[in-house]
Amino acid sequence: MRLALVMCLLMPMIAAAAGGNVKLDRADIDPRDAVSIQHGAKVFVNYCLGCHSASYMRYNRLLDLGLSEQQISDNLMFANEKIGDTMQIAMRVEDGKSWFGVAPPDLSVIARSRGADWLYTYFRSFYRDDERAMGWNNVAFPNAAMPHVLWKLQGIQRLQADHSEGDSAGHGTLVLESPGTMSVEDYDSLVRDLVNYLVYMGEPAGVKRVQIGIIVLLFLGVMAIPAWLLKREFWKDVH
Amino acid sequence: MLNALLGWVDKRFPLTATWKEHLSEYYAPKNFNFWYFFGSLALLVLVIQIVSGIFLTMHYKPDADQAFASVEYIMRDVPWGWAIRYIHSTGASMFFVVVYLHMFRGLIYGSYRKPRELLWIVGMLIYLCLMAEAFFGYLLPWGQMSYWGAQVIVNLFGAVPFIGPDLALWIRGDYVVSDATLNRFFAFHVIAVPLVLLGLVAAHLVALHEVGSNNPDGVEIKKKKNPATGVPLDGIPLHPYYTVKDIFGVVIFLMVFTVIVFFVPEMGGYFLEYNNFVPADSLATPAHIAPVWYFTPFYSILRAVPPMFGSQFPGVLAMGAAVVIMFLLPWIDRGTVKSIRYRGTIYKSALAIFVVVFLLLGYLGTVPTNVWGQFGSWLGGADRATVVARIGTIIYFLFFVLMPWYTRIDKTKPEPERVTP
Repeated sequence: MRLALVMCLLMPMIAAAAGGNVKLDRADIDPRDAVSIQHGAKVFVNYCLGCHSASYMRYNRLLDLGLSEQQISDNLMFANEKIGDTMQIAMRVEDGKSWFGVAPPDLSVIARSRGADWLYTYFRSFYRDDERAMGWNNVAFPNAAMPHVLWKLQGIQRLQADHSEGDSAGHGTLVLESPGTMSVEDYDSLVRDLVNYLVYMGEPAGVKRVQIGIIVLLFLGVMAIPAWLLKREFWKDVH
Repeated sequence: MLNALLGWVDKRFPLTATWKEHLSEYYAPKNFNFWYFFGSLALLVLVIQIVSGIFLTMHYKPDADQAFASVEYIMRDVPWGWAIRYIHSTGASMFFVVVYLHMFRGLIYGSYRKPRELLWIVGMLIYLCLMAEAFFGYLLPWGQMSYWGAQVIVNLFGAVPFIGPDLALWIRGDYVVSDATLNRFFAFHVIAVPLVLLGLVAAHLVALHEVGSNNPDGVEIKKKKNPATGVPLDGIPLHPYYTVKDIFGVVIFLMVFTVIVFFVPEMGGYFLEYNNFVPADSLATPAHIAPVWYFTPFYSILRAVPPMFGSQFPGVLAMGAAVVIMFLLPWIDRGTVKSIRYRGTIYKSALAIFVVVFLLLGYLGTVPTNVWGQFGSWLGGADRATVVARIGTIIYFLFFVLMPWYTRIDKTKPEPERVTP
């Protein structure tokens, strides 16, 4: 058990290069896993929604996930929003800019521009960097303005310079220096749920879209038969 | 009763006559193959775009502060809004797929040759309109690619000597792409260009039905008519023969369309670019700006031409020429036969090379120029992709410039008297 844990800690998580050419880990999310998305929603409202809005996402859209309005307002809403409101934040854009250097972006469609794998890698790639204003840096997004909000859960990682690469600008191996409250597996699983939620939030109709697509395709497949027979019948006298 | 009504109408409007002229007594060659589906499919996609576009207009807000949010509102809060939006975005790309295949059909069977020169020219004008329509429409979601794509294209006009900067300013209505630009692009996209497009499509059909359709053998069916009826021996009425055949084609096409709309609406970032899910930001230039795939062959040509005399204008000119040169096809093709079936090796090879180069330029237009790395110092460390794009550009133009020569010396086979089954 102990050995396994140590091996997990030492496991090189990302062999990274600076500038967006990071090798991404597969998020392997399941958009039909409502429990995972519900958990991700909880992580989102607790850890992200303080600074990031999701201003195209309504709280009551989460009814999609099998939650009741009561459950949503009890567990996922903390201020005096109404159930039909979108996920707004109190922080003003100007304040965000002066505090972080860049206003935290709205996350409604972040999964559509970044992709699930990138987000999954990003949330697991923070490391301690005393040269940054917030004390944190990120391998997937070098010099990101965002601090590691989940650090208590993950613990503190350091970037060990990779000597074969020869420079220290984002190259190297992440090593977990002091563990957080969660094991590596549990943290990865939490991040996976969060990413699952972000993907869901990027396109809440996504799962329904696929279901309807199958019906439409079946309908057209059936339609193709009389269409073909009609053509064949009419063309019998063409030689 | 119905007959009486029809008679009443016919005395006042040529309803039956029009039906006969364009459908039940319009004789099309009986040997149409796969390639002849794409004309009617283009018409179908046009209707899809107009109808889905009307519904989008009901909820979209052409306002720089609200445009991006209104698209997300359509995606989330408008019932079936996501389906309408994906139908429209898929339709835009599929319009070009269908039109490119339709144009390729014209190339392989010589459909632009006499007496169909005007038909080809009207078709080319439709293609130009379609490009304008796609360009204006692409700004409307107000994402990063919308914004910077429009910025780049409008700046091309700024490269025109003397009047360039004023011209670009006039198009934008501002010093940068802004709310004013969005508003006028919306006007062009939803009314100005579609009106012209519809008129041209009508003219395309009128011209087609005047001269009659070409066919895979490239022989004129009107030359051999039944002396008693005056009907071409190899002709069959468009309705019901080709209408029922096209219904089958439509169902198959809609299945492809459905797969994209419902399963892969982004089409791997080619139909909906990932970066366009980031709201437009005039202060953050994306690292890599690429137009949507249907413009990329021409974008490649633009990038391939080096600046001359400190001006980007030669590249802009080359890009324009790459489109305009296609207008000349009816006159630069000097072959004795129309169809590829009876052409010789030279034309077949030239066309094959052209297709490969067109696709290669299209691919290169989607990626940064450093995608294949650099050549060594023996070539000044030039980007490999740029060198390939330059060679491709030269071949692209040679296909047209040398056409009068190689089509004439090509060893053709004799055309048949009538169409072959």
